[in-house]
Formats: sequence, C-alpha cells, structure tokens
Amino acid sequence: MSSPDLTTTSAADLSRALQAGELSSAEVTRAYLDRIATEDGALGAYLHVDAEAALATAGAVDAARAEGRELGPLAGVPLALKDVVVTEGVPTTSGSKILEGWRPPYDATLAAKLKTAGTVLLGKTNMDEFAMGSSTENSAYRVTRNPWDHDRIPGGSSGGSSAAVAGGLAPWSIGTDTGGSIRQPAALTGLVGHKPTYGSVSRYGLIAFSSSLDQAGPMTRTVLDAALLHEAIAGHDTYDSTSIDCPIPVLAEAARRGAGGELAGLKVGVVRELGGEGHTEGYEQGVLDRFREAVALLESMGAEVREVSCPAFDLALPAYYLIAPSEASSNLARFDGVRYGLRVGDDGSRDLDEVMALTREQGFGAEVKRRIILGSYALSAGYYDAYYGQAQKVRTLIGRDFTAAFSTDDGLGLDVLVSPTTPTVAFPIGSRVDDPIAMYAADLCTLPASLAGVPAISVPCGLSEGLPVGFQIMAPALADDRCYRVAAALEAAQDAARGHRLLDELGRLGSKEDTPS
Amino acid sequence: MSTDTLVDFDELLTRYEPVIGLETHVELGTASKMFCGCSTTFGAEPNTQTCPVCLGLPGSLPAANEAAIEATIRIGLALGCRIATWSRFARKNYFYPDIPKGFQTSQYDEPLCTAGHLDVEVDGEIYRVEIERVHLEEDTGKNLHVGGSTGRIHGADHSLVDYNRAGIPLVEIVTRPVPGAGAKAPEVARAYVTELREILLALGVSEVRMEQGNLRCDVNTSLAPTGSLEWGTRTETKNVNSLRSVERSVRFEMRRQAAVLDAGERVVQETRHFHEDTGSTSPGRSKEEATDYRYFPEPDLVPIAPDEEWVEKLRVALPELPAARRVRLQQEWGISPTEMAWLVNAGAVELVSDTVAAGASPGDARKWWLGDLARRANDAGTDLGELAISPAQVAELIGLVSAGTINDQLARQALDGVLAGEGDPAAVVEARGLAVMGESDELVAAVDAAIEGNPDVAEKVRGGKVQAIGALVGAVMKTTRGKADAATVKRMLEERLVSS
Repeated sequence: MSSPDLTTTSAADLSRALQAGELSSAEVTRAYLDRIATEDGALGAYLHVDAEAALATAGAVDAARAEGRELGPLAGVPLALKDVVVTEGVPTTSGSKILEGWRPPYDATLAAKLKTAGTVLLGKTNMDEFAMGSSTENSAYRVTRNPWDHDRIPGGSSGGSSAAVAGGLAPWSIGTDTGGSIRQPAALTGLVGHKPTYGSVSRYGLIAFSSSLDQAGPMTRTVLDAALLHEAIAGHDTYDSTSIDCPIPVLAEAARRGAGGELAGLKVGVVRELGGEGHTEGYEQGVLDRFREAVALLESMGAEVREVSCPAFDLALPAYYLIAPSEASSNLARFDGVRYGLRVGDDGSRDLDEVMALTREQGFGAEVKRRIILGSYALSAGYYDAYYGQAQKVRTLIGRDFTAAFSTDDGLGLDVLVSPTTPTVAFPIGSRVDDPIAMYAADLCTLPASLAGVPAISVPCGLSEGLPVGFQIMAPALADDRCYRVAAALEAAQDAARGHRLLDELGRLGSKEDTPS
Repeated sequence: MSTDTLVDFDELLTRYEPVIGLETHVELGTASKMFCGCSTTFGAEPNTQTCPVCLGLPGSLPAANEAAIEATIRIGLALGCRIATWSRFARKNYFYPDIPKGFQTSQYDEPLCTAGHLDVEVDGEIYRVEIERVHLEEDTGKNLHVGGSTGRIHGADHSLVDYNRAGIPLVEIVTRPVPGAGAKAPEVARAYVTELREILLALGVSEVRMEQGNLRCDVNTSLAPTGSLEWGTRTETKNVNSLRSVERSVRFEMRRQAAVLDAGERVVQETRHFHEDTGSTSPGRSKEEATDYRYFPEPDLVPIAPDEEWVEKLRVALPELPAARRVRLQQEWGISPTEMAWLVNAGAVELVSDTVAAGASPGDARKWWLGDLARRANDAGTDLGELAISPAQVAELIGLVSAGTINDQLARQALDGVLAGEGDPAAVVEARGLAVMGESDELVAAVDAAIEGNPDVAEKVRGGKVQAIGALVGAVMKTTRGKADAATVKRMLEERLVSS
C-alpha cells in the first residue's frame, strides 16, 4: 500500500496487511502521525497526540511479530480514543478545563482491552465538554472542523473522533454515545458509528455524563471495521455493575454475512415519528430523500418494509433533557478542585466553599453549567416527581414502543427499526451555539434507542448538498448483530451502485477547500 | 464552656415529657470496602488504603460488596425487621471534601430493612424501641483541620483529608421516636445503644469499638409540656461516641431545652455538637437552612433483590441473641434478674461471660467487674469495656487470688499495674513483688516484732482474750504492707501466744 492508501483504507485491511507482514505497524503509525502533523492544525481533531509513545508501541508490536509471537488481529493497528476515556499516564480532560493536566493513574476497561490487543494509541480526540453537545463546539480547548466542509461542525459530542477518522487522521476511533454522540457525528462525516446495547461494553473508566445512558462504541470507515472494534471492547466487567454478563456477540461474522446482500424475510419498521408523515418538521428534504432511497434499497434486497408508529418517541427529547442533566449534575459534583485538576482561588484568602465555587465557575463551560443547573432543579425536593420521575415514566413508555415493535409474542415481530440518524446534514459552525433547543434537536432521532438501552448503528446513505447523510438501524437489546448485518448489506449495495465508498468522495483536505460545498 | 441555663433534671420532669430518637452508624467489619476492594484496616497511614473507586476518580464505578449486604440483612433480621424484596441505592448529593464523589452512595426510600424493634430493660422495666429502618451506605473520609484551637474548620490554617475511611461500609439504624420514657429517657437511650452494640457483637458484623468510631450515634431529643398532644421541636446531637455520652447528652439537652421553654422561647431545630469534657452540647448547623440532598436512584448500581430462600437461610443461621443469652447465663450463673440487670447496665455481660470462659467462677468475675473495675471505669469516665484490661487478664487475677498467691488487697495493686500497661497480672505480681508472704524469716520477724511492740495486747491474748489478736494481725499487715496472708499471720500469732 502507498502512503495515502494507509490513511484512507479500512482498519480491517490494515489488520490483514499487518498480519501478512506486508506492512509494519511503524509504517502505518508514522503515516498517521505525519498526517496529524500536517492536517490537525486546521482540523482540530485531537487534544493530545504522543508520537513518541505511539511509535514505541508500534515498534514493540513489530518486534514481537518479527519474533513470531502470536498476536491478535488488531495488533499494530493505530487508534484514537475520545478524550472521555481514562488512559493511564495519558492526559484525559473530557474536553474540560477543570481536568486540564490530569494524568489518570488507571486505564478504562476498554482502554486496557485495546492495549492488550496491541493497538497503537495515536492520541485523544476532541469532544464537547463532558460529552455535552452535538457539535464539539462546547470543547473547552478547540474547534473541530468537518473534513467535508471546514466551515461546518463534525457533529458531537464525539466530533474529534469523527473528524479524525473521516479526515484520515486515524483509521478508527472509540466514541461514546449518551443521546447520539457516536451516531450523529458518524452520520455527519460519512462514517459508521454504533451505539452498543447498554451494558454490553464496560463503562469503567469512561468519565460519566449520564450513567444510565452512556455507552462506548466504534466509529469507523466501514461496517466490518465497526464490528471488529466493537468485539474488541465488548464483554462483561465486574468493575461495572451495569455490565451484562453474557457472551460477546459474533458481530464481524454478522457484518460479513450482511455484505452478501441477502435480506429476504427481514422485517423492517420505518418509524413514523422520526421523519415520517406528519413528523417532518425540522427534517431537511435531502436527508429524507436519501433515507427513503436507502429504505427502497433494503426492500430491493428482500426486506419486508412497513411503517410503524412509536408514539412515545415524540417525548424522547424532553425526557432525555431531564434524565441526562439530572445524572450529570451528580456525576460532575466530584469536580470540586479538592483532589485533582483545576483549583481556583486557593490563596489563603477564601474559604472552602468559595474555592469550590470559583473552581467550578471557571472550570466548567456554559453548556455544562446549564445542564448542571437544569439537572439540579429537576432533582430538587418538590420537583423530582414532576420532572425526573415523569421522565423515567416516559423512558418506560419508549421501551414499550420498542417492545411492541420487536416482540414476536404480542408485538409486530419486526427485526429492526430504521430512521434517519439526524434531521439535517452538518450545520455551519456557530449557527446553533446561541440556540440550545435547536442544538438539542440534532439528537432527535438518536434519543429513543439511548433511552431504551437498545443498540443502534448509523451507516452512510449518500450525500445531500455534498454532505453525508446517516441511516439509523435500531435492534432489540443484545441483538447488535442485526444492526451490523443490515448496515453491511446497505453499505455493500450502495458501494456497488456507486462504484466506490462514500468516503472516497471526500477529497483530500487541501483540495477540498477549493471546492464549493 | 457552655453558657446555657439549665433546669434541674428532677424539676423539669414535673412539667415536661421527653421524646428521644437515635440514628446509629455502624462501620461493618468487612475485609474490603463497600464499593471497591480496598482494605478496611483501622489506623493505616493516611491515604494508603485507596483506589480510583473510593477516591471517586473520574470514570470509576462502584461494585457492591455482597458481604456488607449480607451483614445488613442479618442486622435487620436480629432486630425483627422486614427485609425488602427489592432495594436500591441512592445518591445523596452535597459538597464536602470528605466525600470524594460529591455524593454519598446511600439508601433513601428503598432501604434493605424496615419496621423492626428492640426491647431494652431499665430498672426492671421493658421499653420497646421501634426501628424505622436499617440501611447500607458508605462512610466518608476524615478531615483534619490544622491550626486553630477548636479542630474545626473555622479558624484552621489548612485542612487535610484522609480517604482511608471513605467507602467503608456503614449501616445506619434509625429508631422511630421513643416517647414515654420520662425520667428514664437518658438511660433508655443508653440501654438501647448498649443492647444494639451487644447484638452487633453477637452477629460478628462489626468490632463496634466506639473509640475508633465503629459505632457513632446521633441522638434526637425533644421536650413537650406534660400531657401535650404534640411533641416538641427536636435537636439532633451529633458525635455522641460513648455509651456514657449518649446518656449525658440526653440529660443535658432535656435540661437545656427545659430552660428554653421555661423562658417562653422556642427550641431551635438544629444539629448540636456534644462535648465529652463538659457533657454539654453546642449548636451546629441549623436544620432550618437544610440542604436539599437531591436524592435519586444510583444509576451505577443495580437494585438488590434478596431472594426469600437466602434471607431464610440467614435467619436460621443467626447466633443466639443477647436477650436470650442473658436468660441462659442468668440461670447458669445462678443470679437474680436484678443482678443480671446490673450487669447489663454496666455493659458487663460479655465481659463477665468471657472472664468465666477464661476460667474464673461467675461469682468472682461479677464481683471484680461490678466492683473494682466498675469503680475505676467510673473514675476514668470511660466505659467498662474500654478499660485496658481483658477478661482473660481479669480471670488470671482471680486465679492468683484463689491460689492464694495474692489476696484481694494485693490483687487491687496488681490491677493498677495491669491498667498501667505493666503486663499480665502474674507478671505484675512478680515485677512489683506483690505475692503473699509465706512463713518466711521476714514474716517471722514481723510477727515477733508485733508481739514485742504491743506487750499489753500480747498479754491480753495470753490471758485468754483471743479476740484481741486482731490488733496484732493488723500490726503485722501494716509492717508487711499487706503482703502477708492474714490467716497465716493469725495462726503464727496463736502458735506463739495461745497454748494449746
């Protein structure tokens, strides 16, 4: 492979070439580091890159392979982690000033798994502060640009990860998804992003935003890559009490099978409430067109498609914006300046409460404060039942809508539900920062699966106005393999029709800037 | 220190009736902490028994300790509680440096155990204390405020935090209000904590060492005019950390509140600090500006659903509880209920039982614990169990007396030595030279000297007034500083003065 190939090819291909000895990990790693060095100043995908450490790991993998040691398939493949993932000795900020300079003394379970698998950590990617946002504009550190159009957002909160993978600054990345933070940025940058079943990937070492919703998952260039990376991080973990004790699903196999394109008998439900008739307000026509074309494609592969109504989905947005901020208000209480990170005003003239308050005042950004205030209010005595309690009931109703759609006993017996991943394509940087409600609407389609804890994947389904559109596939809990199977079928059919991958239409950054969007 | 006006205790009872209530925190003696694998050993170097979880580092998550859940259920069963079939942890949110996560993981509206009771006896009367709930939570770290005179945060130069204690499993046992104890309220409060402590010891769930903070009490007290249908405003006295202090804090609050009410003022609902040195309380945080803890179910932990079979197994396996044990011991030791009550009030049942187990007779064991040892505990202002002597050492001391090695008088001196940390009784007797004198040259000389020094008394004895011999025995005991055996001395004197 030539050097530009190395930074556009799939991770699965890199893995194959590394195992075959056609490539060294050092070569691949250097190719990515070079690209980071030249492109990331403009793109803003990374918060931390340690080239030396990456090359050292790559060298060690190459040496081990040269000695003929048995290595896993991911050994030597570079990787970027969203900065919400705690990494031992490597700065971890969750996009916040309040954690500036913190070097954790431990690894997140998934970071440890990826380390053991021999992956090479390129760096930590930018994100909305504490994963609160849909555009990565809430990062305390830098703006991240969409590789498809530098004036547009890369989605969020895992926008550093999406920009890095789409922009060729990492072959793949781990993101986290609380209300859509993997799927939405993946959709807006032409990537595949999967939010696993809640509890199937350990949350130990993910800096918590909303504990009952957070899940880590893959953000990749292909469906197969996503399945491979997902398999590497999944599994029961005694350090996470909400982790499900069940075998790791066979995902890569499902993706390979799906790529065969045979979907005969697959029962697909198109969710009316997510862009269907009477529910198109806020949806761009181009997004709806691409979505409907993809649905037609599934049908052409043998899927039985029907529309289904999930009435409680209409309430997902308000429910989410009570539950997530409530949990966040508590999860973020530990950032008080006492034990680690930023401490402001401790000059002997102020008492403890003042130092804590000043630290939080200066350490947190506006969106984080907004959500802490919102969440604190929703949990307050006298308001709990009306807000948090009520939102939990909505959550139950959303779960029932999914059950009604999926259950073979007393439901419709559908295999998957589908919708657009986002109502619009990537919007211009700065266009929604002063309108939180408009910003929150970016998660409209992704919230139901988050609230119900079911798996959902976003796979590209074409361009609108030159920008990627995402197609969301939701499945019952623990049926992540269905997401991969259907996504792979759609990906393969589209690639075949197009003659190339969607990402190949993304010109190199230099030339892209000359192209009007 | 206190400037509070106090009303005489007996006098206030003519006008007011008290209601008490207790919240007791017990640190469980599990090997590891509540939500992580860190050790719970007391007294380690600060911050050496910590990990990302109990330090609340970003990203860390709790995993519940099953041994702690089991211990809590056993406590609930011993207190006759209903065990929940579904129970959850909740987050209690507030800011303080000693809670690393910015919230304490506790239980709120779904505790593990509810609706139990504990009967306690004071002066032959039984008082039923209803238990509202028993729940599980985690302990906080410990703040050390450096500089300043009070050890409190105000006036301190800086503060240090030790997180070794953070995350140690803590069981909170909350009573319902206890009305109707009248003059006995302070003693009922004490008897309740005493009995609870005995139960916890019997269950083996905690070392319950109050001086190490294993068991900490918050004592609620209120007064209402006699015959009033409504209860008065209560105060919550924190940091009441000995049995004696529990009693004193209730007594003090009753006397203080009576003065407040007498003056026509309102008792302020507040938390108060207890001061061991003066036995008084002083105001802390006012409850009227109470924190809203914003409780909500802990999303990082799954609900606890103890299955019935398991709970039944735990119930069947409960050890003999102190009340039943006392009935049995009372019979075995052949003592009256009143005598047993004395032992209970003195907190001496287990001490006596252990002393008997170590070889002493029940009578001797009771005599020492309720006599000399109780006196010393009282003088030192501590609880009996906190004296620096073990039941085995007391048994050894009793053994030395029974064997005639020492007499009661010498045994008291030996006791001084043991309490002063000079070693076991036998070693103290040896080191201090306390053994009873045999018919040694020294004793012969002392006997002869007593006869020579008191010729008129000696003459009376020779003349047949044998009872006068006591004065001579006393003289010998005096010169030997009590080390002689009185019976031996008497016999020796008789040999010399009374012709057979």
